[in-house]
Amino acid sequence: MGLHIALVGNPNSGKTTLFNDLTGSNQYVGNWPGVTVEKKTGKAKHDHLPIDITDLPGIYSFSTYTLEEVIAREFVESGDVDVIINIVDASNIERNLFLTLQLLEMGKPMVIAMNMMDVLKTRGTLLDCEALSKQLNVPIVPIVASKSQGIKELLQAAVDQMGIVPPLPMIYNEPLEHVIQMVEKKLKVSVMSRMHAVRFVEEGGIAVLGHTIDPVFLAQLNEEVEKKIAFKSIDRDMVISDEKYAFITNLVSGVTTQIKEKEKYSLSDKIDAIVTHRIFAIPIFLMVMFGLFSLSFGPVGSFFKSNFEWLIQEGIIVPISNILEFLQVSDWMYSLVVDGVLGGVGSVLSFLPEITILFLTLSILEDTGYMARAAFIMDRLLRKFGLSGRSFIPMIMGFGCTVPALMATRTLESERDRRLTMMITPFMSCGARFPIYAVFAAAFFADSQATVVFSIYLLGIVIAVVSGIILKRFVTKGKISSFIMELPEYRWPTPKNLFLHTWDRVKGFIIKAGTVILVAMVIIWFLQSFDFSFRMVDDSVNSIFGIIGSQLAILFKPLGFGDWRSAMSLIVGLVAKEAVVGTLGVLYGVGEAAVDNPELLSAPLRTMYTPLTAYAFMAFTLLYMPCIAAFAAMKREMNSWKWTLIAVTYQTGVAWMVAFVIYQGGLLLGLR
Amino acid sequence: MTLKDVNPGQVCVIEGIGKKSSLRKRIIDMGLTIGTKIEVRKLAPLGDPIEILIRGYHLSLRKAEAAEVFVRLI
Repeated sequence: MGLHIALVGNPNSGKTTLFNDLTGSNQYVGNWPGVTVEKKTGKAKHDHLPIDITDLPGIYSFSTYTLEEVIAREFVESGDVDVIINIVDASNIERNLFLTLQLLEMGKPMVIAMNMMDVLKTRGTLLDCEALSKQLNVPIVPIVASKSQGIKELLQAAVDQMGIVPPLPMIYNEPLEHVIQMVEKKLKVSVMSRMHAVRFVEEGGIAVLGHTIDPVFLAQLNEEVEKKIAFKSIDRDMVISDEKYAFITNLVSGVTTQIKEKEKYSLSDKIDAIVTHRIFAIPIFLMVMFGLFSLSFGPVGSFFKSNFEWLIQEGIIVPISNILEFLQVSDWMYSLVVDGVLGGVGSVLSFLPEITILFLTLSILEDTGYMARAAFIMDRLLRKFGLSGRSFIPMIMGFGCTVPALMATRTLESERDRRLTMMITPFMSCGARFPIYAVFAAAFFADSQATVVFSIYLLGIVIAVVSGIILKRFVTKGKISSFIMELPEYRWPTPKNLFLHTWDRVKGFIIKAGTVILVAMVIIWFLQSFDFSFRMVDDSVNSIFGIIGSQLAILFKPLGFGDWRSAMSLIVGLVAKEAVVGTLGVLYGVGEAAVDNPELLSAPLRTMYTPLTAYAFMAFTLLYMPCIAAFAAMKREMNSWKWTLIAVTYQTGVAWMVAFVIYQGGLLLGLR
Repeated sequence: MTLKDVNPGQVCVIEGIGKKSSLRKRIIDMGLTIGTKIEVRKLAPLGDPIEILIRGYHLSLRKAEAAEVFVRLI
């Protein structure tokens, strides 16, 4: 028997920080059933009493119908919650209290955690928590979430409050209150009747109340409300919110005192004067993105990556293969473990350092509040391509690795924006595709390698933009995207938050490498090691894969690379794109070494490709369906097989057409 | 006039929210109720969205959304 607490609050109120304070590393991140909204649960203890804590999505209100709001409302209503902790940002108290009033009307035991009193104080405002608590009939515990202060007291207050539903404060003026009471009486809904009655007054709430009540009766009641509410000169759906805010404005002015004059521009405003400046904003944005990128995939990232690779090789792969040799296991067993499992999973895991740095940097940008500014700056440009300001984050991440980039689309509010962003993010050339360009550029464009590789990256961006413009006409399902977004105060990120935030995502990546990718690797290994009569083959051309590859090769003939080796390497590339180079290396008999030493492949490649076909091949590898790991991520994030298949079919179709145009167009122009 | 036409630096008072706005409820619940003061702080570098100061916090919204907020300058 423990206590179940739900954490509810506005976005940017310090809710995640408080959740981390309460649970430490004792937390679990999953999804709400059936949807892609993150669900965080954790455990805490107070005086030996075990406490389960659920972190509900950050919301501003319960009255609209975004996914997050519905989830939060249903969870609070479900009866699994013993006490609600409502975190309130004292420095933004009016809007935060709006949600508080809605929560009070849900009739659950509740405690308010008053956060960021310190910020308020630096603005010269004092808040009398005791007076506020008396007016709202709810205990208020001042906390400083970023410094883990007041946590014990908060838990104590929550435990004390168990089973107590305090009387509601008088929120509405007499006439409106009467209307609500009338509805309450007539509906005779005992549990949380107040909230339902209020919503009924607001919107006629047949949808809210379900179909258990006679619709004729509801329609009559609705008409009655309509008549009685006519004394308010404003529209019916505004009446409730209007009086709530009026109550709050009045309440707040009674419990705050201004001890020194408020400065017109806070430090945050001063930072914004530069960061979102008309002229400086875009250069600063580009610099930040460049910094993020070069940290993750530049010298720092590749330093860690090469050391980590060495560690995997020497610390895991070599010892295990030695043991296997010592045990004298059969050839196929050795090959399965070393080539299939270790080689495959190892190559994916080798991206771990870069991905960790990328996630860490992104967490910093998010926690400081810069992300919201970046979205603010980029929104107009991205909207032209059917995206939103927030789409740029996944797209930038796509240059690193498509898998986390797809996961990052969760920050997008509208389903439609998410879907579009996920469809075009794979066109951003991920890090794993780079080795392919490196090999081909070295072999065919020795004098202009950098330019050629750059042009491939650029091609990806251009295709993404064109796709956005085309696809936005077709992907119209879902709500119209909006950009009503808070620009929170700049804040120092706390190490604990950064660590937990980064760890969450890194953990997800490791789990994926250990499950989906592992299985895929074993299957691929099997397909390229055995023939159709399930005998192990020496030369992979005779394997199931080789045979399929030579059949498929005909599809690539119009693109200029219709030999079975190219076809096969492209299929293997679905496991991990960098495997294209490894496969070509094996097939041309120079071995895996080609990955580290591109020149080795130059001579054999020159016998099979021309500069023109090489370029078409590079374009194809850039654009065609992303790897299995990205495919799995896309399926999970889209939550739909249909859209996932549409996306990869589109991507592969585009790849084929672009390579076709490059090759055939090049031939027409007399290129070779 | 609407919030869309208010220049950065100007302060106005909300007189109503457009009925057609699909985001009407959300706009109201964010604190944009009738009679509330809004200061337009700035335009994004590309001219859209805009940043406003309301009830002591900063909010960005697109011009298309601002066009549904009816205001009076003060």
